[in-house]
Amino acid sequence: MARYAMVIDTTKCVGCMDCVVACKTENNVPEGFNRDWITYETIGKFPTLHMEIRSERCNHCDNPPCVYTCPTGASHISDIGGIVLVDYQKCIGCKACIAACPYDARFVHPDGYVSKCTFCEHRIVQGLDPACVASCPTHCMYFGDLEDPNSEVKKLLNSRKYRVLNPETGTKPQIYYLI
Amino acid sequence: MNEVVITRHNNLIDPTLSIWGWEIPVYLFLGGLVGGMMLISGYFILTGRTKNTLCSCYRIPIIGIFAISLGMFLLFLDLEHKLYVWNLYLNFMWKSPMSWGAWILIIIYPILLLNITLRLPENVGIKLPKLNEISLKIQRNPFITKLIGALSMVFGGLLGAYTAILLSNFSARPAWNSPMLWTLFITSGLSSAAALVHLVGKDPEERHLLAKADNGFLIAEIIIIILMIIGFVSSSQVHIDAARLILSGPFAASFWVFVVFIGIIIPFIIQIFSVNNKIPHTNIAPIMVLFGGLILRFIVVYAGQYSQWPRNVFINF
Ligand code: SF4
Ligand code: SF4
Repeated sequence: MARYAMVIDTTKCVGCMDCVVACKTENNVPEGFNRDWITYETIGKFPTLHMEIRSERCNHCDNPPCVYTCPTGASHISDIGGIVLVDYQKCIGCKACIAACPYDARFVHPDGYVSKCTFCEHRIVQGLDPACVASCPTHCMYFGDLEDPNSEVKKLLNSRKYRVLNPETGTKPQIYYLI
Repeated sequence: MNEVVITRHNNLIDPTLSIWGWEIPVYLFLGGLVGGMMLISGYFILTGRTKNTLCSCYRIPIIGIFAISLGMFLLFLDLEHKLYVWNLYLNFMWKSPMSWGAWILIIIYPILLLNITLRLPENVGIKLPKLNEISLKIQRNPFITKLIGALSMVFGGLLGAYTAILLSNFSARPAWNSPMLWTLFITSGLSSAAALVHLVGKDPEERHLLAKADNGFLIAEIIIIILMIIGFVSSSQVHIDAARLILSGPFAASFWVFVVFIGIIIPFIIQIFSVNNKIPHTNIAPIMVLFGGLILRFIVVYAGQYSQWPRNVFINF
């Protein structure tokens, strides 16, 4: 079975937020809410500063606490490449999954159900990249199947140094950041 | 310097989680209270106190049904997608404490109703003679009586524990993520229940006994709080930060003043005097215990939402 993942090159990201706008447009994300966002992190002491800019979203974790905690099965691991999705018809809006996600990747949609990044499921079933990946002007984002040894994402992870966010939480996130 | 700027600003999520308002702490308090009341009622039934017509084991389930119904209503109020609530009962998700809780809440009702039939309130017995007959049969059958007591204790304990396991299961929120939280909630539920039954109880001997028991629960509560704090401060940085929330952070003043002093220490001192017959039993001590139990739930729910894993990845840079 495929295992979809995203690889993001932090050395190329300029924080232009095109991915954010593309997601909001593609997925009709309501005003005031975000499925993806930019994090700017600065460390050091002037003038020796180090900065990283990352595009963040749901990590489509391999060990997703949001799915385990969901009392109705609305949050589930999909057959499409193991991505984590929410079935809006089953969601009661109890918000347990929001509390369970260490990345705060979910939010309550104004219509009452919980929403988050879907890796643009509707696009990937057609063989397209998620909107954020397709729109990135620096081409710093890659999407693909980690089970395929010839996929670009697999090759990048084999050849470059990378990290994931908060690995100590044990969620096995599937967004990889090249450093 | 390690500065993190995030462009996201989702309602109820940023800058800190605020998904659960007053409804959830009040519901958790009522759940713990009813759990504690069922434990006490079950204990009274199993120890043969049913012979005493003033036994509070006859009043507890009536109060319990109202309290748990109010709690469930609050839970419903908190849901964001209310019309889909029936989805809770289409599945049993064994990994989800909330699913366990939903089913426990449903099982609690028949147990409380069975407990009520142990001795029907007089007017109900007259109006429903058939039910009265069943009630008399149950009273005459010591096995069924004991079974009701045992079920009451088991499910009361489960209800009290689940309200905490629900929270401690969220490892994403370090302030909730303590294996001791369920013991704290059960003890606090027992102490609130003892206080409430003390308030409404009719038998002076039983009220005296409950004041004594409550003192034991209050001591246990203090010990558990100390052990929990030790557990947090001797753990990882996120847990140390979580302990700081109640040691010196934004929740410290309300925790020590309302939960520890007003909710535990002062009522403990008052009840020490009353159980030793130095002063008459007063209602003030149990009211303080109930108040402390309620504020404890508020602080735990809010502090947990406040605590989070660090957003920075350069910690070891
Ligand atoms: S990032 Fe959060 S919402 Fe996404 S799968 Fe992981 S735990 Fe669930
Ligand atoms: S809010 Fe919806 S998706 Fe999240 S845990 Fe509750 S029912 Fe599941």
